[in-house]
Amino acid sequence: MNLLTFKSGIHPSYKKTSTENCSVCVAKTPQKVVIPLQQHIGAPTKPLVNKGDDVKIGQVIGESAAFVSASVHASISGKVKSVAPHWHPSGKMVDSITIESDGKDEAFEEKSPKRDYSQLSPEEILIIAKKAGLVGLGGATFPTHVKLSPPKEKKIDAVILNGAECEPYLTADHRIMLEKPENVVYGLKAIMKALNVSKGYIGIENNKKDAIKIMQETCSKNGVDIELHGLKVKYPQGAEKMLIKAILGRDVPTGGLPMDVGVVVQNVGTAAAFAEAIQFSKPIIERVVTVSGAGIKEPKNLMVRIGTMFSEVIEECGGLKSDAKKVLMGGPMMGIAQTTLEVPVVKGVSGIVALTGEEIEFEKSRACIGCGSCVDVCPMFLLPTRISNFSKYNLFDKAQQFGVMDCIECGCCTYVCPSKIHLVQWIRYGKGKILELRKKESIKN
Amino acid sequence: MADIKLIISSSPHIRNDESVPKIMFTVLAALLPAALVSVYLFGIRAIALMVTCVIMSMATEYVFQACRKKDITLNDGSAALAGLLLALTLPPSFPLPGAALGSVVAIGLGKHIFGGLGFNIFNPALIGRAFLQAAFPVMITTWTDPFAWKASSVVDVVSAATPLSRMKFDFDFLPLTQLSIGNIGGSLGETSAIALLIGAAYLLYRGYIQWRIPASMLGASVLLGGIFWLIAPEKYPEPFFHVFAGGMILGAFYMATDMVTCPITPVGYWIFGSGIGILTIIIRLLGGLPEGVMYAILFMNAFTPIINRYTRPKILGEVKNG
Repeated sequence: MNLLTFKSGIHPSYKKTSTENCSVCVAKTPQKVVIPLQQHIGAPTKPLVNKGDDVKIGQVIGESAAFVSASVHASISGKVKSVAPHWHPSGKMVDSITIESDGKDEAFEEKSPKRDYSQLSPEEILIIAKKAGLVGLGGATFPTHVKLSPPKEKKIDAVILNGAECEPYLTADHRIMLEKPENVVYGLKAIMKALNVSKGYIGIENNKKDAIKIMQETCSKNGVDIELHGLKVKYPQGAEKMLIKAILGRDVPTGGLPMDVGVVVQNVGTAAAFAEAIQFSKPIIERVVTVSGAGIKEPKNLMVRIGTMFSEVIEECGGLKSDAKKVLMGGPMMGIAQTTLEVPVVKGVSGIVALTGEEIEFEKSRACIGCGSCVDVCPMFLLPTRISNFSKYNLFDKAQQFGVMDCIECGCCTYVCPSKIHLVQWIRYGKGKILELRKKESIKN
Repeated sequence: MADIKLIISSSPHIRNDESVPKIMFTVLAALLPAALVSVYLFGIRAIALMVTCVIMSMATEYVFQACRKKDITLNDGSAALAGLLLALTLPPSFPLPGAALGSVVAIGLGKHIFGGLGFNIFNPALIGRAFLQAAFPVMITTWTDPFAWKASSVVDVVSAATPLSRMKFDFDFLPLTQLSIGNIGGSLGETSAIALLIGAAYLLYRGYIQWRIPASMLGASVLLGGIFWLIAPEKYPEPFFHVFAGGMILGAFYMATDMVTCPITPVGYWIFGSGIGILTIIIRLLGGLPEGVMYAILFMNAFTPIINRYTRPKILGEVKNG
């Protein structure tokens, strides 16, 4: 198979062997869940329940009138214990609904008759995505019904499913493709119908040859309008701009979105969840999480109820090893380090990774020696050493001129820097300051 | 689960195993073949020069960093590397006190006055070399025949001409075979192209040398040298002579590629290398000196910041503002 790719990028050690052959096990149903009212990009939801209310699985408990938002649902049945701020794995305190289980695990609605996307109009398909609280499950958590409603001027001609999963350790998407290939393809076809697009693509990295094979077979059974492409194993192949470049050769304009080049990208997990939402009216109440890293005693892929504490999920995997000191939501390149394990699994948690040893150690940064390694690997073709330095010295005009706002924070530059400079951290600082300044400007005007 | 103290930091949470000491010591190792050849050709004298330059470079760095109350970073190998490179540009008979002085100037004036590693504009070894050229103009052009050390216990200073001076002043062009293997007169690092290329090949493989720089530097010199040769083949040597004679190989693979003083953009490397190649030929063929690599590199070093500024690569999806 001819493997597609993009320019630059890095080849970290992928370390997927501990979980790539573990089929997804259903995690123990938790006694308590914490459902944050914001698990997505956009406006936070408002609670629809109060302390003391009884809720059932799949019941919508948070909703927003804003367009760019996503409802949240109860993932266990029980009583609402509180509606209060709680630590969120993104590092902020977020208003959340805590539910204590009644032990019954009862679903909210009677299973409605199985629907099929072919009988539904595009508008009806979108309504289902909205009702299910569907968001990008690759980690970005952008509300799906919004992504599938591009403005009329943006003509979409292609849908790409992202099966790259380029982060080290993570194998959730891999297992979904192996175990639920029909759902993935079903979801893709529904998305294509919703967007009125006739061409679909699926991109899978070549370190998942078994997934490529199964998905290829499933696609052949399901019609010729889906092209499956093997991708060279390289980080960050799963970044949507790199994926679009590899599969279609199109450049998403800086400051723009994939719809500007006629493309919509969705994660394979999102597609699979969409299939279940359409067919069985199942909202997002659980997701596959890869629990891995050298610091986990028994790495696994688990189907976890939304709202389960990280501590419980980790305990189900044998617990942390004694030398584990860093726990991440997500993979080691872009994941967020956690301050506490008492945070809930939210819709965007594709992995919980515990790091040990060298991966935790901090080397003192030296001055930049101009080696150019960061320039060599940046997939956006930026000059990371420049934009991080401009940000560090508060030269925000220069930083913008050199494209700091186009940085996707993939971490390739920081990974290769021999002087161990925290490039992405400085770039993030710069971007944050620039956004602050822009806000102040727009308030003044 | 008991509250364990979790460490937090910004992503990414993993790094590769490159480091500044690793780079510096690898380059030092790549220079080993050339250093050994120089000992074979010039004897104890070569060792003495290399040791003097390395030790004095490190001593200078220590003094500067201690006085500035900065961390002592001798263990990153950059001072030692600059010392060795300086030694390789000197003739075997160069006096040791002179070499020591050159090392102090190289590291002090060429590196620490600017702020230390990463802040210098000019290649430190070449700053030292340029200083010695000005301060000891006769001794720096006094050459020894190879193997002269075998003849007697004291190094006989025989004023042997180098291939470049023979080319310029005698119109005598040595054949490439002799130039590549190295039993010719010259500075410690100029003589064996093969030994230098072995090390350079390894550095290219490791990605520590940006290939565009030697490619453009050698390419431009062959091109321009070729033009001159076509115009007047009795006055000017054939273009590949320029590649193997003098400090061209040492310069192209070890000096011009010095990370701190060369650009960081792909187009920048081409401009930088071509500039050095062109200037080298012009100095060699039209200037007063037989060797032009050193000044060509120092000259282009001065252009590195502006080259970086104007050769920013096109960002993925960059839209040209109207």
